[in-house]
Amino acid sequence: MAPSGRVVTSPLIALGDRAALRVPPFRSHVGRHVAVTVLLAVVFAAAARVIELRPLELVRDAGNIGQFLGGYLHPSLAHVGEYAWQCVVTVCIALWGTLLAALISIPLGLLGARNLAPHPVVYLAARRVMDLLRAVNEFVFALMFVTAVGLGPFAGMLALGLHTGGVLGKLLSETVESIDPGQVEGVAAAGATRLQVIGFGVVPQVLPNFISYLLLRFESDIRSASVIGMVGGGGIGFYLWDTIRSFNDREAATVILLIVAMVMCVDVVSSRIRRLTI
Amino acid sequence: MSSALISPPVILDRLTKRYGDTTALDRISVSIASGTFVAVIGRSGAGKTTLLRALSRAITPSDGRIRFGGQDLSTLGGAALRAHCGRVGMIYQQFNLVRRLRVLDNVLVGRLGRLRGWRRWAALARRFDAGDRSVAFRCLDHVGLLDRVWQRTDTLSGGEQQRVAIAKILAQEPTLILGDEPVASLDLVNGAVVMATLRDVATRAGLTVIATLHHVDYARRYADRILGLRDGRLVFDGAPEALTDPALVEIFGELPESSLPAPLFAPSAPAWLPAVAS
Repeated sequence: MAPSGRVVTSPLIALGDRAALRVPPFRSHVGRHVAVTVLLAVVFAAAARVIELRPLELVRDAGNIGQFLGGYLHPSLAHVGEYAWQCVVTVCIALWGTLLAALISIPLGLLGARNLAPHPVVYLAARRVMDLLRAVNEFVFALMFVTAVGLGPFAGMLALGLHTGGVLGKLLSETVESIDPGQVEGVAAAGATRLQVIGFGVVPQVLPNFISYLLLRFESDIRSASVIGMVGGGGIGFYLWDTIRSFNDREAATVILLIVAMVMCVDVVSSRIRRLTI
Repeated sequence: MSSALISPPVILDRLTKRYGDTTALDRISVSIASGTFVAVIGRSGAGKTTLLRALSRAITPSDGRIRFGGQDLSTLGGAALRAHCGRVGMIYQQFNLVRRLRVLDNVLVGRLGRLRGWRRWAALARRFDAGDRSVAFRCLDHVGLLDRVWQRTDTLSGGEQQRVAIAKILAQEPTLILGDEPVASLDLVNGAVVMATLRDVATRAGLTVIATLHHVDYARRYADRILGLRDGRLVFDGAPEALTDPALVEIFGELPESSLPAPLFAPSAPAWLPAVAS
């Protein structure tokens, strides 16, 4: 018999002279699990000290919060027309921001995919540009464009377009890298040019995913566009900032309710369209 | 098919391919007359696919020469290489059709390598002129799938997809057809239909067909000539009648008597089963 083995017998099994079944010894991972748990606990405890985590204050100051929320129960209808128009502006910022993002992401995403890039240097350059666009928050871009093109929706749209362009480009390049290489080879083997290979072998494979990502990012851009007015990027965000800062709770309630309604409507429409593409 | 398609002879002269220390192809010398249906057999890793990929010039040989139609394929590059790819019809085990495109578009992929001037650019928008479309229709009719022309390719069965792939390479008007396990993922009947179609193309159009095959029976039944590879060396070259049992042992090695360790279940019925009346 093997050193750590054990003979398994059963009325169903007749193993003859190969009866010494060698089961490898079980290695326990308990030690590793304990170490990981302790490490995570230490990291989170330290982070709690840094952010001054005091959950009890939520309970102690419940009265203040209640008083604050009370004002929101009676939304004001005095300027609802102006706010509704600003919601339209917000949707328009998101629409053009997403279109700009799509135009930026297509060349970046194709050149930044390992299996399509004509040269490793091009691949790395496209990747770095996309990293840069994603690393800079849309608010930071908005602050920069406000100084360049002035306050207003145009600055907000440029900011959204650049940041989302980086995100969509990254998603597109990941999609391109995961396509079935056989279908691409089948087109290339027929003697097609590089552009024809992309048009016939790559585009049909990535198009449904790309449209789906585009709509998801449009939903996300609506949420960003609704606050980008806080830094001068146009749309409803300016009024949100203005009414909250001036403790005008009834006006702030109207703005917040309109934003919630707008985001929900766009999400419903966009997810309907998204289901059609798959 | 017109007689203009007749293949020039294929002459391999000490063709060698090395990957690091391993030799995938070891000094293969063969000359293949036009219109021959050649089956390449051997175990996995014997070099069958490497041989095909050297002929299609998906890989560059390390040493030796491939003479085909007055050219040495082993030194082709650039536009001459792409022109060669357009003249070689390649069929694959997994068909390598673009699954989301219509059947017609997949056959038209075969025309891409022949387009010149503005037609190249029009093809990017999937626009082809009447001449190319009628070639595609005739090729589909030749494999008996004209009624599926507007369907999406992934709605077809495996056997039908492989016939679409044959229509595509016929649309290429090739001078050489290479098959990488063309029937390995098809059932017996669909496999026979595809093999008979290739046999027909070789005989009637004078096209040379070189296909790797796992099933020796298909090779014996449909091929004119069989090449046996073992560890990158050519160990058999002859007519199907010459492929005797000793020749098979030479190519594949001895088959093990039984790969199972021992009868897992008791040959006698277990006690709890009711007795069978005899």
